Amino acid sequence: MLWISCPICGRRPVEEYRLGGELRGIAAWLTDPAQRDVDYVWMYDNLEGVTTERWFHSAGCRRWLTLRRDTTTDTVVD
Amino acid sequence: MNDFVERRVALEWHEPRRSYDVVIIGGGGHGLATAYYLADRHRIASVAVIEAGYIGSGNSGRNTTIIRANYGIPEAVRFYQHSLELYQTLEEELDCWVMHETKGIMWLAHTETHMRAERARSLLNLACGAETVMITPQEAKELCPQLDLSGGGRYPVLGASYHPAAATARHDRVVWAYAQGAMRHGVHVLQHTKVTGLIRDGTRVAGVETSAGPIAAGVVLSAVGGRVSMIAAHAGVRLPIRTHPLQAFVTNGYEHPFGGIVSDTELLCYVSQTERGQMLIGAEYDEQPSYSLRSSFSFLQSSAVKVTHLLPFLRDLRILRQWTGICDISTDSSPIMGETGVDGFLVTTGWGTWGFKAIPAGGEQMAQLIATGRTPALLEPFRLDRFASDHTMADPGSTGTH
Repeated sequence: MLWISCPICGRRPVEEYRLGGELRGIAAWLTDPAQRDVDYVWMYDNLEGVTTERWFHSAGCRRWLTLRRDTTTDTVVD
Repeated sequence: MNDFVERRVALEWHEPRRSYDVVIIGGGGHGLATAYYLADRHRIASVAVIEAGYIGSGNSGRNTTIIRANYGIPEAVRFYQHSLELYQTLEEELDCWVMHETKGIMWLAHTETHMRAERARSLLNLACGAETVMITPQEAKELCPQLDLSGGGRYPVLGASYHPAAATARHDRVVWAYAQGAMRHGVHVLQHTKVTGLIRDGTRVAGVETSAGPIAAGVVLSAVGGRVSMIAAHAGVRLPIRTHPLQAFVTNGYEHPFGGIVSDTELLCYVSQTERGQMLIGAEYDEQPSYSLRSSFSFLQSSAVKVTHLLPFLRDLRILRQWTGICDISTDSSPIMGETGVDGFLVTTGWGTWGFKAIPAGGEQMAQLIATGRTPALLEPFRLDRFASDHTMADPGSTGTH
């Protein structure tokens, strides 16, 4: 199971959190504004490796936090 | 693939050639089925299927083998009904026993809201050519005598939608049958060969870089389950896909026959009996995307609580085996098939938790698209550009979990 360290509540199990989604920019090679909008709304990097994400501590302090997670092992990295 | 299997299916392995008309990345059900239909229906036999592990080692060997068509939007019902019908004649088509067995599936409802949803589903299914009917709790009990209609006092059964044509088949056998069928027509299947990149020729994709060297291709199809976002990124294609782990487990043998497949979209769990008599139990996918194949105890705990309320006899069984697959889930919970906007590069993906049942239709229709260059009517709604044109196929309620 994944454990996430909240700056306020400490190390808590993933069940207390909700995933907001990956934190990413829009690919630089997309120049057409309409294409950039589609990318922003629908697309994902879906990286295999270390990805940066926003999480919401819904059953805790109800604050947002940013963390880096390795999706190959499903563990938090510093 | 081990010696035992090799003796039972006639598989022929080849050294890779330098170029093929069609290269398919991913030797699972979808990739091999597409290769088979290309060779059999369209006489395109210069095809290579490239697999990083052994055939069927990905999600084709990790799913829970349920075949059904009771979806919630007309486009999906038509597509899966066609797939279900192809499965019914698959053993004659491929001359191979895949242990196909029609069992029927019931989707239980515990609240009025879900009863309404199931009623709507059954009407829509009937209108689109798939048979789904509403049944009373008593009828559900007759179909599955082990069911506790009070749901352990916690999840009382108000009714269910029943889809009698639902079936199961042995997943490995489906993969081997398609591999054998494709090889009979001269298709090359390259196992233990990793695709490391795509060869670009101007704006188009002209082949693949592999661990066995570059291979040129007229058309490259990604039939990968799990790592499609990385493959597509090589072609500069962005996909609305997130990859989530999904777990399942089997118990030791249950000596009595178990009627059909019991599924519950409200609790997100489902139960069926394998050919060996084991009870096969699955549930929803993990919330956070990951490529990890690790299984978790918390999953066993939460699914066991749910299924033992509905089927108390499961308390006396023991858990034998647990495993995890990784599911590509699209933003609208429907598959993505066809052209990507980059010449020579096609995808069949987004098979999340509903890929096994779609193998014959997905393979047949993708083969038709590759052979004719025109998107067949069944695939039209599932094109990638539906996201840009705001014609998404949202059907989250029907994915169930399988």
